[in-house]
Amino acid sequence: MTTPSAKASTLRRAWDRAWSVSAIPLGAVFLALVVGAIIMIGSSIFATGTFDPTLPITAYSALLQGSLFSERALVSTAVHAAPLVLGGLAVGIGFKAGLFNIGASGQFLCGALAGAYIGATLANAPGIEAVPVSLLAGGLAGAVWGFIPGALKAWRGAHEVVTTIMLNYIAATLIAYLIVGPLGAKGFSFARTGDTGNASLPILIGDEGHLGLLIALVAVPLAWWLLWRSTLGFEIRTVGANPSAARYAGMRPGLLIVFTMSVCGMLAGLAGAGEILGISHFMNASYGTSIGFDGITVALLGRAHPFGILAAALLFGIMRAGEGLMQISTGIPVEIIDVVQAVILLFLAADVLVRRLLRVRAARVAVDELQTVTRSYGEQAVR
Amino acid sequence: MTAQGKPPALEMRGVTKRYPGVLANDRVSIDVRRGEIHALLGENGAGKTTLMNILYGLVKPDEGEILLNGELAEIHSPHDAIDKGISMVHQHFMLVPVLTVAENILLGEEPMAGPIFLDRHAAHTRIRELGRFFGSEIDPDAKVSSLSVGWQQRVEILKALYRNADILVLDEPTAVLTPQETREIFGVLRKLTAEGYSIIFISHKLYEVLEIADRITVLRRGRVVGSRIPSETNEEDLAALMVGRDVELTVDRGGSHPGAPTLSVEKLVVKDDRGHEVVHGVSLEVRAGEILGIAGVAGNGQEELVEALTGLRRVAAGSMRLEGRDITHASPRHRTEAGMAYVPGDRQRFGLVLSFPVSDNLVLTTYYRRPFSSGLAREDDAIEAWAEKAVTEFDIRTPSTSVSAGTLSGGNQQKVVVAREFSRDLRALILDQPTRGLDVGSIEFIHRQAIAKRNQGTAILLVSAELDEVLELSDRIGVMYRGQLVALMDGRGANREEVGLLMATGGRAGAADTAPEPAA
Repeated sequence: MTTPSAKASTLRRAWDRAWSVSAIPLGAVFLALVVGAIIMIGSSIFATGTFDPTLPITAYSALLQGSLFSERALVSTAVHAAPLVLGGLAVGIGFKAGLFNIGASGQFLCGALAGAYIGATLANAPGIEAVPVSLLAGGLAGAVWGFIPGALKAWRGAHEVVTTIMLNYIAATLIAYLIVGPLGAKGFSFARTGDTGNASLPILIGDEGHLGLLIALVAVPLAWWLLWRSTLGFEIRTVGANPSAARYAGMRPGLLIVFTMSVCGMLAGLAGAGEILGISHFMNASYGTSIGFDGITVALLGRAHPFGILAAALLFGIMRAGEGLMQISTGIPVEIIDVVQAVILLFLAADVLVRRLLRVRAARVAVDELQTVTRSYGEQAVR
Repeated sequence: MTAQGKPPALEMRGVTKRYPGVLANDRVSIDVRRGEIHALLGENGAGKTTLMNILYGLVKPDEGEILLNGELAEIHSPHDAIDKGISMVHQHFMLVPVLTVAENILLGEEPMAGPIFLDRHAAHTRIRELGRFFGSEIDPDAKVSSLSVGWQQRVEILKALYRNADILVLDEPTAVLTPQETREIFGVLRKLTAEGYSIIFISHKLYEVLEIADRITVLRRGRVVGSRIPSETNEEDLAALMVGRDVELTVDRGGSHPGAPTLSVEKLVVKDDRGHEVVHGVSLEVRAGEILGIAGVAGNGQEELVEALTGLRRVAAGSMRLEGRDITHASPRHRTEAGMAYVPGDRQRFGLVLSFPVSDNLVLTTYYRRPFSSGLAREDDAIEAWAEKAVTEFDIRTPSTSVSAGTLSGGNQQKVVVAREFSRDLRALILDQPTRGLDVGSIEFIHRQAIAKRNQGTAILLVSAELDEVLELSDRIGVMYRGQLVALMDGRGANREEVGLLMATGGRAGAADTAPEPAA
């Protein structure tokens, strides 16, 4: 059993598996960076009239310098990555249950408001109580916002893609109303909640490395354990892979869908509360976020696997942390990062393109989470 | 073989394909003449599919060549194959249910009237013209979802003809058909060969092959082990060639000693998805230690009856009891707990999660119990140990327990389901089409397992469209016709013709009722 050759072949198989799963995402990132480089060169011709083929190299190295090459830069990367980890999990765990959670954005906002309001209320309480209670409130509010589309799907057959998009709008406007109205703090020149004071997350490393980083880091192995090592996770994955077989096996798909959506909502809500309590310490009425939608890209790039999501979120964190220095040192606007991230998503969806362009032969495993995305409507029509 | 001057329409010479650890095809040579039906016979995993995938350009052979009309042909993709007149009709139809017959046929090959618009008229004319092979008119504007399975298959064949194929590969075309539909499709195939089409017919069913083929080639473990002409062979001979040993076509069922009723069903009424009543007050009893076989042409309510018995479909009226306990409205989990097991007819839809490893599939209905779960966490070591044991005990041919169930052959997939469901402490066992689409070796194995379970005192309800299977295994036989149990007889004295007549007419003598099945 443990002869060297058997061991070697086990290793080799593990390597093959890892490669077959990660080749497409890595290829997509590489190609997106190439596309980004071409756009940089092209736009600099229009903007400055000079042709500078080394511009992308300068730009990308500035990006890395701003995100990796100092303690401060590293902490900044982590701070940007933390909400993306939670947002990515909020979408990725849904994928495993066959659910396309587009509502991470609304769940994030609900969590942010709950965190901000409870935090402001407990601003003068001892931190040891104020911090966990505020975080819990954020997670709970997100869970409620995830529970609603889950319940609507399980018991009324309403498709989660439709309901979560609608709930995103409801969340954004409801929050604006609540902050302008009943939950807003008095005595400020604009509509906002009060300072979170003692409920603000403690700083653990550097100037801005707050407790939220730790939460995101712990959430990854917990999510992995839930999906791959727990009995409940087996049920969730079975419902996602084959709902008919799940019913046959005596599982309860409706209940599992509600549970999974609630967990997804909770993770997004925690991300929202973490951003408010850890960084801004208050919330204004027009607070907006891209975490929910970046979470979709992160989840797809990470193949809906918790550790993949961590890696993808760190990559996005690097881009976000380094984009400022890139703009300062090369004059390339930070929006190029949005372009690169969008192109990554494009290449993930068109994985055939990645295979052809890079001649990836080993990678046979398609990004099947995309099936959840594309399957959504057709399946509904058949029922 | 090619002495008649004209080269064969298709010849494959010395085709070899190696996969890690498996020789899928070992110097396989076959030829198909113009206007011939050539049957390819073999167990699951014998290499038929690999050979056809090579022909269709899906798999690249390591050695060997393909000749069309005597000329060397290079086939690197299905596109090449179609260009050269080779077309494949898959076992699982590749049709878009919401599109019409014409739209399905045109997909990818749209005839244009000018640069923008489809030339629907030309297409319809051509489809009607090709429909001559089918005896009756085919309506190009009918939605595929409204057609019966038999007609859907004809659409698949039309698709091939429309693309000017002259060599058709049919992969187990009868697996999904009723006996009536099978007879009809055989008529279609004969008309096709009369007009010069060549057909490769892949099947497990010996009597079908004997009936329809002009020549039969048998594959075993990747090699051609024999070629036969139907008039010079018989089922026993072919079965021996296929599995390499003499197979008992009839498993010795021995005597049964039925005990008290285990599963009792009282005036059960069940509705289908559209709300139509399809089971009209069926009452039956399955006793401990007996096999009650339900024969019937597919679509006479058996499917809905089974789903009601297993808790997957709501019961409209009536009741059922398991060992005296009322389970009419019990959930599937409660039934599992009460000692009921179910081998579903559609194993890929209900019985397995194809993307999951074999080991996970082996605990699909027991994953939540000790020793496979300690409440919250999965016990992977226990699952793995059980999987290893099941693979050996039930002879599941798989490279390992960690490969996905979807990579196994049909017979081995079914063995996974059987291993899982048979290995529990059972009171009642419901077998729905337990050997549909399987090879002789797997059928024999599963039949033996069922008899063994019966002898241990399990009450078994067997529902099968294969009359021979019902006749071979059942201690008692019931016949379902239009949602009713029209007859119940002793299994030993049952006569094939008598049961067949009951299946076809429901027992009203003289009423030669051949009403087509309601569309799926």
